[in-house]
Parts: sequence; structure tokens; C-alpha cells
Amino acid sequence: MKTTKTIIAWMEDKPGVLARVASMIRRRNYNVVSLAVAPTETPAISRMTAVLECDASQEKLVGLQLRKLVNVTNVVTDLTPDKAIFRELALIKVNADASKRSEVIHLAEVFRGQVVDVGPQTLTIEATGTQDKIDSLIELLKPFGVREVARTGPVAMLRGTANGRGISGNGRKAEQ
Amino acid sequence: MKLTGAQIVCEALVREGVDVVFGYPGGAVIKLYDTLIDYPIHHVLVRHEQAAAHAADGYARATGKVGVCIATSGPGATNLVTGIATAYMDSSPIVAITGQVPTNLLGRDAFQEVDITGITMPITKHSYLVTDVRELPHIMKEAFYIARSGRPGPVLIDIPKDVQAAETEFDYPDEIELPGYEPPLEGDPQLIQRMADMINAAERPLILAGHGVILSEAEEELLALAERGNFPVATTLLGISAIPETHRLALGMVGMHGWKHANQAIQRCDLLIVLGARFSDRVTGKISTFAPDAKIIHVDIDPAEIGKNVEPDLAVVGDVKRVLRALIPLVQPRLCVEWITDLLRSKQQYQDPQAFQPKNGRLTSPMVIREIWRATGGQAIMVSDVGQNQMWEAQYYFHDRRRGLITSGGLGTMGFAVPAAMGVQAAYPDATVWATVGDGGFQMTIQELATIVQEKYPIKIAILNNGYLGMVRQWQQFFFERRYAFTPISSPDYLKLAEAYGIPAKRVSDPADLRSSVEEAMRIPGPVVLEFLVEREDNVYPMVPAGASISEMIERHMVEEGA
Ligand SMILES: Cc1ncc(C[n+]2csc(CCOP(=O)(O)OP(=O)(O)O)c2C)c(N)n1
Ligand SMILES: [Mg+2]
Repeated sequence: MKTTKTIIAWMEDKPGVLARVASMIRRRNYNVVSLAVAPTETPAISRMTAVLECDASQEKLVGLQLRKLVNVTNVVTDLTPDKAIFRELALIKVNADASKRSEVIHLAEVFRGQVVDVGPQTLTIEATGTQDKIDSLIELLKPFGVREVARTGPVAMLRGTANGRGISGNGRKAEQ
Repeated sequence: MKLTGAQIVCEALVREGVDVVFGYPGGAVIKLYDTLIDYPIHHVLVRHEQAAAHAADGYARATGKVGVCIATSGPGATNLVTGIATAYMDSSPIVAITGQVPTNLLGRDAFQEVDITGITMPITKHSYLVTDVRELPHIMKEAFYIARSGRPGPVLIDIPKDVQAAETEFDYPDEIELPGYEPPLEGDPQLIQRMADMINAAERPLILAGHGVILSEAEEELLALAERGNFPVATTLLGISAIPETHRLALGMVGMHGWKHANQAIQRCDLLIVLGARFSDRVTGKISTFAPDAKIIHVDIDPAEIGKNVEPDLAVVGDVKRVLRALIPLVQPRLCVEWITDLLRSKQQYQDPQAFQPKNGRLTSPMVIREIWRATGGQAIMVSDVGQNQMWEAQYYFHDRRRGLITSGGLGTMGFAVPAAMGVQAAYPDATVWATVGDGGFQMTIQELATIVQEKYPIKIAILNNGYLGMVRQWQQFFFERRYAFTPISSPDYLKLAEAYGIPAKRVSDPADLRSSVEEAMRIPGPVVLEFLVEREDNVYPMVPAGASISEMIERHMVEEGA
């Protein structure tokens, strides 16, 4: 049985690190649903939020196997909505000529989206939120004709003061 | 002091205590070789880079130190791949150094450019592509540290030509800065207490020792634990020699070709204490029926091994030696009389008596192995290849010497034995080293006879010539209605071949000549090739078919009439 799993990993910002992560994921027969990687508040450390699809029996191992990579400094796997916030950004380009424009803008506003580009035939909406929220916005825009969607995949952060010191080097879960 | 990249590599090798490297030169390492020759490091010129990696691996397994191999870019580097994968699967610490095209040509498909760090990513513990000579000192330091610490493994360092020539101030770091790398060593004391409680409460405890016991040099602790509670000790293939095999409590190998009593012990125990092993499919058979009555304790240094194949009832992450040291005082001394007497009784039937009977007057491989055991008093360093010969070696030689068996377990690499034996002999010039190989595997790295001669390694090579890729033939016999599809294999005249290399050789087919031939080989100071013409269609028993429960063993009497 397959299951999806969201994890956060911190890694040294060195050449080839992402290739190592990807290589591990492929070798262990997991699937990448989305990956978001960018610099962090700490110099030379990047942060990755990954949504992976894996066999349910392997779910516990993903974080440990990532943690084994020498350049991965920390991994947090215990990410449930009560413990973490998830946000994704999407750019959605919708067909909207003059007659439909205000209707589309209204919909975007309901979702706290912003219009970031207006063309004669199209509007491009920037929306952020949970995956669900973006899914439903796209669903509602479909009747107008969605031309293109660019999504970042979710980024995640633990709530409150939890700092994400997840799987320490000895593989035991530290306090979160 | 300013040094070139090549000098930095050599300086680092010296500082890491490397006295021998195995390699093969080429355009992309010519600068390194030009420098290496001035250093007090012996370079062994192999005849194929695969052998350099296996030799480094053999050296590492025999000593616990890091083995080093060197190859040029492109084909030299790719030739290392099988050897690196072999070391990776068996957690063997090697550092592989490859030459690379100059940095300004990287990514341009230059002559003999290959992305070796990319190719080896899934089969290395870590790797480096050095693009700046100033990084070289700490990369060298890190590479050796990563290779040997925690769960050991191969590390590859790819060094472009221009980086070998470039100069920088040399300062070998004392400290290592690896924020993401901290191997767990000490086990959690609370978990160790629970482990002791479970052991003290068990009626039929069994220890299963894996390679981790040897890698962490926990042989003494293992023995102390076993003797304290009178606990029987079974081993995996790579765990062989974790306990002297003639020890009263040693049950021998488990798994697909494990001993019947050892597999039965797993199936009957109520507590299985697994030390530094990874529940390979060759050990567990069908997982749902593995150790059905047992609670399982898993001790391993690699947290990602816990629950990978078998979910333990208790896991202690840590170095086996340290965990055992903390554990032993907590374990109640006792005798487990019933359990152990029962097991030791079935161990009496340890050997398959039929395996020693000449068949149609012909030699059998078990007879040969047992004779080598007798002649070496169980104290040789045995280096075995892959196939039936490997299983017979594991079954019929009782390894009493620490690190007394070197074999490719996880990858099962044919052609491993002869080059790995070179690495072993390089580490221990005076040790008795035997390589036992099949006629198939021997022909895979046969070219290394020249290296053996050049290096004057006194390795004794025993070829168990059955005229078949025997292990595959055995599967064909059992599971493919004896259709021997492409498994008969011919051999050259090994006597002439050995003569061409200048190695004394003898062919043995009569069981009556066995003892004198082995003893004669032992008396010859240099290398010897012994070709044993053994029974062609003999099988390794018992056998657990792939995917079956380890309770379901095929035994000789089920297959052969009159046996
Ligand atoms: C490099 C490699 N290729 C193929 C195999 C598959 N294989 C496993 S055992 C075996 C037969 C080995 O034959 P031989 O060396 O003659 O040993 P025997 O089994 O006859 O003792 C083969 C082909 C392997 N393990 N390694
Ligand atoms: Mg053979």
C-alpha cells in the first residue's frame, strides 16, 4: 500500500547534495510528489520540504535514510496539521477576456489570491495556502479555462517554538 | 609550505597510516603517480582496476583499516564500480581515488571523462569531486573518517588533473567539521536495561551475530555475553569468525544454506538477539515465518536498518561493542540447560556425512575444504569466492581466527576472492591466506595471477572445478527441470596457465591425493595453484528455496536416492 509523507530536511548547501537526495529516493523506490528547496536563515544550509510517496511499510525509514546522507544535517518527519503549517504558492493562468474578467477577479479575491498579470485574453492569479485550498481554487477556475498552473509544492514549518531538531545523528527522535 | 594537489593526497595517505595502495595508472592520474613514487607507500599494480577495489576491500576487511585504491578517469574509474559496490553492500571501509579530466573540461565530454561521482552515488557512503585544491586537505581527512566511522563504507574522491597539479598551502586538519554526520555510538542505557531484562526473562535465547560484531571488534564481548548466559551463537555469512567456530556455543551459519540446527534454533528460540546484522533475505527467508516464537532485539549502528526488513520488539541503536559492554553486567549468569543441550545434540549432526563421501570415486568440494581446514588448523585467513564453493567453504571450514573469512556477501561478486586475497596478504605478509574459488569465478579475475607473482604473495589458490557455474546449475536442477542453460563452463589447462605465470600448480582428482597435495602446497613458500576436479553435479545442502520459510529446507536425502 502506498502512502504520502511530508518531510523537512536541512542540508549543507554544497554541489551535488540534491542529486544525492534524489538518488537515495530513487534507489529506495520512493516517488517524489513535490520538492521545495531554498536557502535558510543559517548561512550555507538549505531547507527542503518534500512530499514523497512510498510503501506504507517504509514510511518510518524515509527520514532515517535521508539522515544517513553525510550532507543532510537534520530531518523532521512528524508533520501533522496540528503540529505544522503547510503553505504552497501557485500561479494560475486563466482564460478571461473582458466579459469574464470581473468574475475571475472576484473568485480570486474569495481565496485571497492576487492578480499578478493581466493580458487581453488572460489573467494570472497568485494564490497561496494549503494544498487543498489551491486545489479548490483551480477546480473553480476550470470552467473559465485554466491554461497553465505553476505550483511550488508545499513548504512546511513546525508550529510554535518547536525548532525542528528532529532526527539527530544517532537516529533517535529528539525533543520537538 | 606549498604543496601540489598530488602531494597533498600522498601526505594525507601517509598521515592516515596508509602503507599500501592498489591501483592502475593513466593519463588523469599521471601527476599523482609521479608524486606517489617518492612517498613511503607501496603501490601494487593490479591487472584490472576491479581487482584494485577488491584488494583494498580485502585489506580493509582483514585489518579494520581503510583500504585504498586508485584509478584513472573514464574506463579506469568505471572498472572500479563492481568493487566499490561490493564494499558498499558489505560495509567495508575503502577510499577510492580517481583521476578526472581538468576542471575546465568538466561536463564537455572530454576524452575519458565519466561522471564517476554520479555513477557511484548509490554505492558510496559519500563522495567528492574536488574542484579546488584548497579543499583537498580536509576532503582527504573527511574521506578517511567517513569511510571507517559509524557504519563503514566506501568513499570516492574524484580529482581533476589540474587540481592534482595546482599548489596550495598544506595544513592537514586535526578536526573534522561535518555538521550532518555524527554516528551513534553509545546505546541508550534505558534500552540496554530493557534488553537485559528481556534476555534474563527468556527461556530459549539465541544470539545471531552479523558483520557488525566484527566491524566493531566486539568479538570478546560477544564471547563474554554468550558464555555468561550459556547462549548459543549463530552467525550470518559475514558474521562468520565473530565467534571461533569450534567454540562449544557456536552453531554456525544460518540462512539459505545455513545449517539445519542453526535455522531450527531461529525457528524455536523465544528471544532472538541480533547483533550487527541486517536481516537480509538470504538470512530470513520468508519474513512472515521467520523466528515465529521469538521476541526480537536488534542492535545496530545504523538507525535506518531498524525495521527495514524485520520489525524488532526492541531496538538499540549503537556500536555493538559499546552496547555489549554496557549490557553484559546486567545479564544474569545462567546455564539455559535444556535449550542448549537440545541444540548441541542437533549440532552433532552438523555435518552432512554424505558430503564427505567420494562420489563415483571422485572428490567432493566439502572434502577439499575440510582438508584445508585440517591442514591449517582453522587458523588460515580464508578468502572465498561466490557460488557453491562459497557455501561449502562457509559450511566446512571452521574459522577460528578473528576476521578469518573474507567473502562477498551482500553483492555476491564472482571474481572477488583472488584480488581480495591479495589485499589480505598485503596486510599480513606472513599469514596463511587461502583463496577458494570456483572455475567460473576464477576465470573472472584470473589476470591477477600476474600481480600475485609480481608481488610475491604466497597465496594458496584452491580451484574447485566442477565444470559448471555450479550454483546456477543447482537452481536449474531444482527449479528448472535440469535444463542446464549455459551453465556448463570450460576451463583452460590451469597447470599450463600457472606455469606460464611461473606459479607451481597441481591437479588433484583422486581423493587419495588430497591430503598430500594440500600439505605440499603449504610447504611451498610462494603462491600455489591447486586445481581440484570435484564431483560435477554435487549440490549444497541444506537449501531454503528463495522466498520459502527457513523451516522448509531441501535436504540431500530428499533429492538423492540412497543418501
Ligand atoms: C559477477 C557475477 N556474475 C554472475 C553471478 C551469478 N552467479 C552466482 S553463483 C554463479 C556460479 C558460480 O560458478 P563457479 O564460480 O564455477 O562456482 P560454483 O558455483 O561452481 O562453485 C553465478 C554465475 C555472480 N554472482 N556474480
Ligand atoms: Mg564451478
